[in-house]
Order: sequence, then structure tokens, then C-alpha cells
Amino acid sequence: MVTEQLVDLSRLQFAATAMYHFLFVPLTLGMTWLLVIMESLWVMTGKPVYRDMTQFWGKLFGINFALGVTTGITLEFQFGTNWAYYSHYVGDIFGAPLAIEGLMAFFLESTFIGLFFFGWARLSRLQHLLVTLLMAVGTNLSALWILVANGWMQNPVGAEFSFETMRMELTDFTAVLLNPVAQAKFVHTVSAGYVTGAMFVLAISSWYLLRRRDVDFAKRSFRIAAAFGFASVCSVIVLGDESGYSLGEAQQTKLAAMEAMWETEPAPAGFNLFALPDDAAMENRYALQIPWVMGLIGTRSLEQEIPGLKEILAKNRARIVSGMEAVRLLDALRADPADAATRTRFDAIKGDLGFGLLLRRYVQSMDEVTPELVDRAARDTLPRVAPLFWTFRLMVALGFAMLALFGLALWHSLRGDFAERRGLLRWALYFLPVPWVACEMGWFVAEYGRQPWTIYGVLPTHLSVSTLTVESLYGSLAGFVGFYTLLLVVEMYLMVRFARLGPASLGTGRYHGEAAAPAAPLAPAAIEPRPTLS
Amino acid sequence: MPLDYPTLKLIWWLLVGVLLVGFAIMDGHDMGVGTLLPFVGKSDEERRAVINTVGPHWDGNQVWFITAGGAIFAAWPLVYATAFSGFYWAMLAVLWALFFRPVGFDYRSKIHHAGWRRTWDWGLFVGGAVPPLIFGVAFGNLLQGVPFHFDANLVPYYTGSFWALLNPFALLAGVVSSAMLSFHGAVYLAHRTEGDIQRRAIRAALVFGPLMLLAFSLAGLWVARGGLGYALALAPDPAALPNPLAKRVVAEAGAWLHNYASAPATVLVPALAYAGGLAAIALVAARRTLAAFVASALAIVGVIGTAGVSMFPFVMPSSTRPDASLTVWDSVSSHRTLGIMLWATVIFMPLIVAYTGWAYKVMAGKVTTAYIRENEHSAY
Repeated sequence: MVTEQLVDLSRLQFAATAMYHFLFVPLTLGMTWLLVIMESLWVMTGKPVYRDMTQFWGKLFGINFALGVTTGITLEFQFGTNWAYYSHYVGDIFGAPLAIEGLMAFFLESTFIGLFFFGWARLSRLQHLLVTLLMAVGTNLSALWILVANGWMQNPVGAEFSFETMRMELTDFTAVLLNPVAQAKFVHTVSAGYVTGAMFVLAISSWYLLRRRDVDFAKRSFRIAAAFGFASVCSVIVLGDESGYSLGEAQQTKLAAMEAMWETEPAPAGFNLFALPDDAAMENRYALQIPWVMGLIGTRSLEQEIPGLKEILAKNRARIVSGMEAVRLLDALRADPADAATRTRFDAIKGDLGFGLLLRRYVQSMDEVTPELVDRAARDTLPRVAPLFWTFRLMVALGFAMLALFGLALWHSLRGDFAERRGLLRWALYFLPVPWVACEMGWFVAEYGRQPWTIYGVLPTHLSVSTLTVESLYGSLAGFVGFYTLLLVVEMYLMVRFARLGPASLGTGRYHGEAAAPAAPLAPAAIEPRPTLS
Repeated sequence: MPLDYPTLKLIWWLLVGVLLVGFAIMDGHDMGVGTLLPFVGKSDEERRAVINTVGPHWDGNQVWFITAGGAIFAAWPLVYATAFSGFYWAMLAVLWALFFRPVGFDYRSKIHHAGWRRTWDWGLFVGGAVPPLIFGVAFGNLLQGVPFHFDANLVPYYTGSFWALLNPFALLAGVVSSAMLSFHGAVYLAHRTEGDIQRRAIRAALVFGPLMLLAFSLAGLWVARGGLGYALALAPDPAALPNPLAKRVVAEAGAWLHNYASAPATVLVPALAYAGGLAAIALVAARRTLAAFVASALAIVGVIGTAGVSMFPFVMPSSTRPDASLTVWDSVSSHRTLGIMLWATVIFMPLIVAYTGWAYKVMAGKVTTAYIRENEHSAY
């Protein structure tokens, strides 16, 4: 029996495990390219410090990557375990990018990461660089396919409903692949990952510089991170901005919600810098507006209108009324598939089927639907405004703060005086968690803003779940919380220990805290009861 | 499209089989190594040697599992939906056991602390031992039929409990699977190690190889004599749009042997399990370890193939509503999706095999305790 509680718990579990997974993904995305850059410098210059940088930052990358792999499998499993009807209903389209991700990208990444760590002595310099490069390419292709899948959830192109098989079926694979929403998301998401990688290296290098240790190593790392981070943060802001949101209806709803735009304003619309949205009254109790800006950002034109929430609501209500009829016709067709007249009528309005299915949250039979229920279902199609409005603003503010930081870091890198700018170094250090916060905010906007759908306009969330018991959900949720807390503690412990130890962890004898000669290998008897590091 | 729908449905049955066999051969040997780790490695250095035989490869191998899952999602969405949600706790147990592998491999040797390392060794044991056991149990349940049905909108309902999965026949299938992958891992270890570790690995292989064949034989007898099987009373049209509610199925004792009677050549599949298994046992005893590994891989093809051939065209029979059983004809994706997925597989699978082969070649050779000492800071 599907209850609201079951749906909420299923959502909570998916949201929690997905956001947890995304603590590790962005760092992986960014670090792979930073490793490629560092190793290219090693191959080109032959300076051992660049090899050490590749290996040391690679070590930290590995600690992070292990949890990325661990938590990624959870997501693939969960579509089947917790979202069974979703898997059936859209598997024909959604499953393909996931499978191709495995074949094209994840194999590449995972095979070459083994050689990245263990192949140093067995490969030529160029061969090893190629391995690192393929690892980075695999990682980024992996993100591409996952975002093609996710982009389709936001903007389901290239597919249509089949009443015979009672599911969505692929009609145009190229459209799914070139889905503009997916492409915009891909660029934005990987760029955010690059910023995360750059911030990680920048912050930890700054910490070494603040402590005046491993100075040469840290300065070289800082410079690379500053340049890479500046380019990436520009890319996040310029390529990933709201222009992507004018595409597709789900994105338009999100755009209106995160801008607290209740009315459709004459173009070009103003931008609400600050507002106190009131969901019940469907208005802003207070708003500080900058004219024109929203229209320019959202549409890149002075003429095109951006629909407000009230207009979207009215449109959706009409589609629900049409969708009710589509549901009725579908039931008739399932009973008598040969009825050509019904089929013709169904085909004409099946695009609204998903809107009719919204009513199944409240009633099974369309005969029980009242006008009040239609109103209620229509109101369900608008996400709550305040959480989106504020989360989005926080993300953008953090993005611009990072732009300022990377800009300053790059400026002083070019001048060569950053090692003495202790204020800058401290800023960089304190900003270490910032890209993670921004990434999580971004995903919140994207996914919370898509509600009440799993596939916008096609499949409501409350129909997508598996018919599990609430007890099972509490049990699995408790298991995930337990395992993930434990794993995070272990990961953070190792990450902090190795970051503190620094390049000395490579055992070359050249770095802070090491004896001048390379450390002698430890005999088995030397394993001490007290934790030390290798 | 050049290939018709029934042919594509059949090809995808074979391809899912290929991916599952690929998973069992590739991820199977490192899971076997994980299972044996606490027993064949006595000292910390020996254990590190054992771990580093699969250190550079386990991650790539695990993708066989992920890709097999993705391919089932894409090619058989209803199977994916019904099996994963029905086997909820079993799948979570697999998932949580797998958690121990990435962190176990990467974190274990980063800290010099005996208790820390012992803990992760047992973590790697869990990550290696639990998934094969549960997959075997799952196959055992598939062969018996699983309690599920659909409503008119094809919403799957599973009506069994987790504990009901752990019935005697399913546990026997679990033993087949566990013994098979422990054997496979032991043979691999024998190939990649020397001295004491190799001696222990060969001893383990000589236990698990015969155990696999014994359990496989018992399971076969059970299927033949124990009344398992489902048969089509009204077969679905292979060319039709998939609808799992449009056929008639009956539970019929011994029906899992029908394919061997109607297509006698298929007897070669179980025969391969025996031939491969026996050859692998003899070869590993003679320390022809590479040949033994190939033979053991063939045995895996035979064992998994036997389950597939016996049940064909069934994938997931329903014990409570046999008509709702899922078959290769009526639980698949659309013609177009199967076609695109076939292209993706045909293009990328050879590449994957090629670069995986290269990675093994680069890292080839015995992993010794001396290697561990030389690579104190970089080895797992």
C-alpha cells in the first residue's frame, strides 16, 4: 500500500544518499584534471616536484574516490529497490544512459585508476600520463551520461507513452542525448566539480604556506589551483547560469519559483534581489527589485517573456482537466486495446496523461474527482517558493565569493607574492567547504524544484515508488545513516591525517617532517599499536 | 532496423548472460580473493601481497557488476523493477557488503595499526563473501519461482519475506555460487603469488573446486527430481509488444529439463561446468595456474549458463501468480532501445576487454612480500 509516509521516506532516502554521494563526486571531477595538469608538467619539465605533486594529491584524491565509488552503487540500486514503478515506467529511456555510462565511461575510469596508482614503475612517463588522462576522460564522460539521464527527468524529450506496454518508450535517442537541459546541466555540473577540486588544492596549499612548510611544493600547487579554479568558476557562472532554465517547462517552473516570480511581467522582467515569498497568498510580502535584469539573464533578449507562477498554475490546471480524460481513455484502452476510436482520442491528449495521474495521489477513479481536487492537484505542481528562492541565492552568492577569491589568488599568483599574502591564504583555507555547500544547494534547487514529479509532466513522484512497507524504509534508512556516518568519520580522519602529513606521506625524504634520507621500509614487526602513517 | 524484435530479445538474453558471466569471472576472482584473504595471508605482509594481486584491478572489475545492473535496467526494466524491489533486504545486504570493498582496499594499509588493518581485512572478507552467497541464493529463488504479481497498471507487488528467501534449495544454490567464486579466487591467487601464500591458495582451491561440483550436482538432482519448473501453457508471441499479463504459465515438476530434451546440444552447457571445473582442479594441483584460471572461468560459464538454459525463456517466474512470470519475450524494452543498446555493447565491449587485458599485462607477475616492502608507501 502506497502511503504518503512511504513516498516521503523513499524521497528522503534517495535525497540523503544522493546528496551524500555528491560530497565525493565534485572533488573527483576536478582532481582528475588537476592531476593531468600536474603530471603533464612532470612529463614536460622532468622536475620531480611535479611527480610528487601528482602522487600526493593523487593520494588524497584516492581517499575521496573510494567513497565516491561506494556511494555511487547505492544510487543505481535504489532505482530498482525503492522506485520500482519508475524503473518500469521509464526504464526504456532512463536505463540506456546508465548502461552506456558503465560501458563507455565507468569501465574506462575504474580500469585506469588502478594503473594510475600502481603503474608508476611499470609504465613510461608518457604512458602513465595517458593513463591519467583516460581516467579523467572517463570520469567526465561518466558525468555526461548521468546528467543525460537526469536532464531527461527534467525535460523528457524523445519519448512517448505506449498504452500497450503501459510505459514511456524511446522515440529519438539523439534528442535524449542532445537534450539542451542535459547539456547545460553537464557543463554547469562538471565546472562546479573543477571549482571544488581547485578549492581543495588551493586551501590545503594555503595551509602549508601559512605554516611555512613544504613551501615550493605548496606554491606550485597553489598557482595551478588558482589558474584552474579561476577558469572553472567563470565557466560555472557564465555557462551554467539561468539561460538554461528558459528551456523546458520544468525548468520554467523552477525558474519562476527560485525567482519568486508570481506574475508574468512584461519583458524584460525585473530581478528580485531580496523577497519574502508567501506561498499561501501567492505573492511577495516584500521585494527589492532590479528592473530588466531577470529578463536579460533568463532569455538573453528584451522581448521574450518569462512566465510567472500564476500563469503556469493556470496552464497546469487546464492540463489536469485534460489529463483526467486521458486517464479515463487509457483505462478504456487497457480494457479494450482494439478500440480505434478511443485510441485516436487518447493519442490526441496523451501528452497530458501525467497531469491526470497527479490526481491519483488523492483518488483512484477519475469519477471521484471534484473541482476542488483539481485545484489542489494544480497547486501541487508549484514547488514551495521560499526554499528555492533562498537556496538559489545562497548558491549564487557563494559562486561570486569564490570568483573573487580565485580572481585575487590568480592575480597574486601572476605577481608572485601570494605566499606572503596571509589574508588571502587564510581566506582560501576558510573557504575549503564552500564549493561543497554550493554544489549541494544546486542539486537541491534542481531536484526539489522538480517536485511533484520524478519525470516532469510524465510521472508523479507518488506513483513512482516501490510497494514496500514503511518499516522496511525505516530499517534501510537507519542502515544508510549508520553506514554513511561511519564511512564519513573514517574518510575525514584519513583525509585530515594525510593532508596534515603532506607530501612527506610519499616517503621520498624530501619533505617537511622527514629525515633527510628516504624512510627505511618498515619490517612487519614494526607495526606499532599506536597509529602512525605510511 | 536491421534486426527484428524477437532476434533482439534473444540477443539481449545472451548479452545479459555475457555480462553476468563477465561479472562472475572478473569481479568474481577478486571477491574470491577477498573471501580467502584472512585465511591464506597469515602475516600483515602476506595479506598485503594477497590484496595487491587484485589492488589495481578490483575497481575496474566491479564495473562489470554495475554495468550488468545498468543493462538489466535498460533491457529488462520490469525484471529490474520487480527483482530489486522484491529482494529488497537481500539487495541491501549486497550493497552494504560492497561498501567494505572500496574503503577496505584503499584505506586498510594507510594506517600502521594492527587492529585497524585486521578490521579492514574482515571488511574485505564480507565484501567478497556476502555478494556471491546472496546472488546464489537469489538464483535459487528464481529457479523455484518468486512470490510476486502485478496490478492492471503493471505495478509490481512482492508478497514474500526476506527469511523465505533462505530456503534449503536457495541456500544450496548459494553454496554453489560461493564455492565457485572462492575456487576462482583461489586459482587466481595461486597464479599471482608464490611460496606459502600460493601453497595455501592451492589447498583452498582443492577444497572449493570439488565443493562447487558437488553442490552443483546436488542442485541439479534437486531440479530434476525435486519438482521444480515452470512451463508455458500459452506462449507469448516473441514479436509482440511486451506485456507480461498476456500468457498462461503452469508450475510443472521437471519443466526445467525440457530445453535439454528439445535441444540436446544444450547439454553441453552443464557439461562445460563439469569439464571446466575438473580441468581447473587438475591444472591447479599441477601448478599450471594460468590454464587453471581459464578452465575455472569456463566452469563459471557452464554453471551460470546452466541456470539460464534451464529456465529459458523464463527470467523470473512467479510462484503465486505464474501467469505474471517474466520472460525474455514479455519483460523487455522497446525494439529501438534494445537496438541502440546492442550497438553500444558491440562498440564498447571489445574496447573494454582490450584495455582491461592491457592493465593486467602491465601489472602481470607474482606479487611478493618483497614487492610490498619495496612499495611500502604506494601499495595497498
